[in-house]
Amino acid sequence: MNVTRGFTGRPRADHPGLPPGQYDAGDDWPVLSAEVTPDLTPADWSFRIDGLVERPCTWDWEQARALPASAYDGAIHCVTSWSKFGVRFGGVSLDAFFDVAQPHGSATHAIAYSHTGYTTNLPLADLTGGRAWIAWEYDGAPLAPEHGGPARLLVPHLYFWKSAKWIAGITLLDHDEPGFWERNGYHGRGNPWEEQRYSGD
Amino acid sequence: MTETAAFTPPTRFAVPGRIAVSGQTAARWRTATLTEIRRETARAATFRFAVPHWAGHLPGQHLMLRLTAPDGYAAQRHYSIASAPDDAGHLELTLDHVPDGEVSGWFHTVARPGDTVQVRGPLSGFFAWPGDRPALLLGAGSGVVPLMSMVRHHRARGLSVPLRMLVSARSPEELIYARELGAETTAVFTRSAPGGAPVGRVASAHVAALLAEQPPGGWEAYVCGSNGFAEHASRLLVAAGQPVERIRIERFG
Repeated sequence: MNVTRGFTGRPRADHPGLPPGQYDAGDDWPVLSAEVTPDLTPADWSFRIDGLVERPCTWDWEQARALPASAYDGAIHCVTSWSKFGVRFGGVSLDAFFDVAQPHGSATHAIAYSHTGYTTNLPLADLTGGRAWIAWEYDGAPLAPEHGGPARLLVPHLYFWKSAKWIAGITLLDHDEPGFWERNGYHGRGNPWEEQRYSGD
Repeated sequence: MTETAAFTPPTRFAVPGRIAVSGQTAARWRTATLTEIRRETARAATFRFAVPHWAGHLPGQHLMLRLTAPDGYAAQRHYSIASAPDDAGHLELTLDHVPDGEVSGWFHTVARPGDTVQVRGPLSGFFAWPGDRPALLLGAGSGVVPLMSMVRHHRARGLSVPLRMLVSARSPEELIYARELGAETTAVFTRSAPGGAPVGRVASAHVAALLAEQPPGGWEAYVCGSNGFAEHASRLLVAAGQPVERIRIERFG
């Protein structure tokens, strides 16, 4: 262990929900995106699932909103080392979209892409089973544009760069393909509890 | 049905990465020894480190830095690298003293030459600028740090590719690297300016003037600062005609 002379850290309580290497950002919700925030209205927004599915489908805003509502209450974790507790997102479980599109048995991975062209890769298993959402509300209000509004992907059990803002679609593949940050050195999966921050971790 | 072709998003792709980052290099923690501290402004200071076996970096890249307490608690933060690439195994970080800052507080009140910290990197090839394309740099506050690495690189290598920088600070006293800024830089002051110079935030006129002198091939724009500044500056660039896919943003969240 390389102890830093004179460093004690700020007073801290053990937080069972805090993954290793993370700190509690409290009320802050830093914005981290590499691109220009798009002017995207609900009327412009759509969400598509295609690739290895029985029925490639596109939902517009009203069609997506008509699916059964589902909320997430919990924490989110950014690879830059802040975590945020007690967040509440409202939207629809991705399972509801997959129930319509019906993934092939051969589908193992997904690329999520945004209306800006951002991409990120995920194992399909991380998107099913009630662990991923299309979210359009935060704390009971419409999701702000800089946080991905009108709608973003939400995969809270992985580092937050996997939760693509301004989500436009998900393409299912039978292999893994790195997305935007993964090609820039970040980890393929991004599990905060295993500190999968960078490729090679 | 099996799709074998590489996935291409059906929308215009946000600026692709520039530089492949070595996973093995980025994953490894190294010991950095503090060799020098230079005050820049009342709030900001530059910390110079010797990092043996550092793989080198490109201007605009950042690293992750870790401090460890005696009980094993560790705090880690991302910081942009301020210095130009240095083949001698040194790098510099310029840190604001953040109120109640756990890591910046240690640097500004405890650190002295000879202390060691852990670093890993360099990280992310997205904001990197190897000096190959005309670069238009817009920064505010400590957002000037990765941009200054680009300016220093431009000077150190005697590059002829066009480079211009627009920086915003509250006052001349808070302008980081003030002594080093040259003809490539326009400074804008939001609270107080010297000798009757105008006071105000970066405006469309500043950006329009820079976009008016369009180099062959156009500018690659790099924006760095708080989220508020990044939103403001990137919107000005888009409004002035800069293509969105040629704007790279580093937000200090």
